[in-house]
Amino acid sequence: MRRVIFKMDIIRTKDVVYEYIRRDDEGEVVGITTAVDHVSLSVQQGDFIAILGHNGSGKSTLAKHFNAILLPEEGSVWVDGKLTSEEDKLWDIRQSAGMVFQNPDNQIIAQVVEEDVGFGPENMGVPTEEIWRRVEKSLKDVGMYEYRKASPNKLSGGQKQRISIAGVLAMKPKCIILDEPTAMLDPKGRREVIEAVTELNKKEGVTVILITHYMEEVVGADKVFVMDGGKVVMQGTPRQVFSLVEDLKALRLDVPQVTLLAWELKKRGLELPEGILTKEELTESLAEAYGR
Amino acid sequence: MLREITLGQYYQTESVIHRLDPRVKLLGTILFFISLFCFKNPIGYAIARAFLAAVIILSHVPFTYMIKGMRGIVILMLITVLINLFVTQGDVVVSFWKLHITKQGIIMAAQLALRISMLIIGSSIMTLTTTPNHLTDGMEKGLRFLKAIKVPVHEIAMMMSIALRFIPILLEETDKIMKAQLARGADLESGNLFKRVKAMVPILVPLFISAFRRANELATAMEARCYHGGEGRTKMKPLKYASRDIVAYIIMLVYMGGSIFAGRLNIFRFM
Repeated sequence: MRRVIFKMDIIRTKDVVYEYIRRDDEGEVVGITTAVDHVSLSVQQGDFIAILGHNGSGKSTLAKHFNAILLPEEGSVWVDGKLTSEEDKLWDIRQSAGMVFQNPDNQIIAQVVEEDVGFGPENMGVPTEEIWRRVEKSLKDVGMYEYRKASPNKLSGGQKQRISIAGVLAMKPKCIILDEPTAMLDPKGRREVIEAVTELNKKEGVTVILITHYMEEVVGADKVFVMDGGKVVMQGTPRQVFSLVEDLKALRLDVPQVTLLAWELKKRGLELPEGILTKEELTESLAEAYGR
Repeated sequence: MLREITLGQYYQTESVIHRLDPRVKLLGTILFFISLFCFKNPIGYAIARAFLAAVIILSHVPFTYMIKGMRGIVILMLITVLINLFVTQGDVVVSFWKLHITKQGIIMAAQLALRISMLIIGSSIMTLTTTPNHLTDGMEKGLRFLKAIKVPVHEIAMMMSIALRFIPILLEETDKIMKAQLARGADLESGNLFKRVKAMVPILVPLFISAFRRANELATAMEARCYHGGEGRTKMKPLKYASRDIVAYIIMLVYMGGSIFAGRLNIFRFM
């Protein structure tokens, strides 16, 4: 029984609060911004979770709590059953919850792709032969194996981000947190990264927490959290969340174009179901209701 | 244009010297430097030159390519030679105005020129035949004994390899900032030296800010990947000595013995 509970929640937060304190030149406090405001949520193993929010909503700050880069000022975070504030568990926690950041250039350490992927396992003290096995597998998982000898400087943004994902994968994490991994990429690179992540989630059963403000990327998620002003203001399946078009607009978030179109059509009196997420769904529903 | 600059100037080819363990090359270079200062007679120089020539031939790096790398140092060499030529006291050979060229001065200058050129070629062979990565690996492992006197060997090696990784990125960024400032009417080319240095400020300030930001992000990313110093770290590509490395060590020992012996032969001493 206990094992089941343990396996259920890979990440759990309870009343997490984090504040940024701004000081002037004399060190006097001039303002306090509450970036994360009493957030409680739980992520189940194997899920694909998306955290949405516009700039300054606190989503990135929250994400940094998931692998103990930041520690909560109030409340607690558990990763794989371990409390992040326990210092002796720090490296265990970072191994179970790997993190991919926004700028691909600022997280690649080595000058050769395969060496960069091996960096994490090297730090963990994994034996040499095992490192090679892991590097090979991780690079194949993200489809970058043929670039293993290349220099990261010669790769595209999407390719670099896939290398970063492979670098985290090689540490064999239970959960990967991606902090706006596509924000600096072109549409092609964005697609590459999201495809790689989705496949990892489906095939390898890795828990994925995707932080983003691109709505199109969260359509395939199991659960979506929407953040605003440091609080979780909405949660549910993408269909549930995207059916609340007006609420999302109030939060300065855009719904995917197809969803918006379906919503507008429905408002004008067409018979369509709530929360349409893909082009195929829309054409199908239209064909069903009005088709020949 | 800035992206074409490469540091370390690694020359890609297949040779015994390329395949040697970086620790061997590192120690070999240091020993070669020491040997150059061991002797003061032509026999010693002949030995050193023969040794150097043998290594150059084995390295498969074209000699002209090495000479090209020396161009920047020619002025430094010329100054050293000229100072020695005029300052050394002794039997005057030629004298004009207040300057005297002495016999000792000529010998000294010639020796110095020879020594400096061999120093430069000797060290460039190491950088030409070893990738920067390999070099830092070799330093980290070969200089581990310095840890005993609290030298952070692993950290220094890590810093070097990260610096090498970021050189092309920062060069690209400099290029971008330069173009951005030019587009806004910055004048970087005209004016005297002082003006041109001042014009560099709007390029350097954003560059430094961005470098610090990058460093901060990189540190976070490294920590997120469990980096916590050299302690308990394993290697993906550990350095292992092969039989050719042992042979190289023996050759180096023989060379060192030979040059010390030659250095002690006083019969041929000039001075």
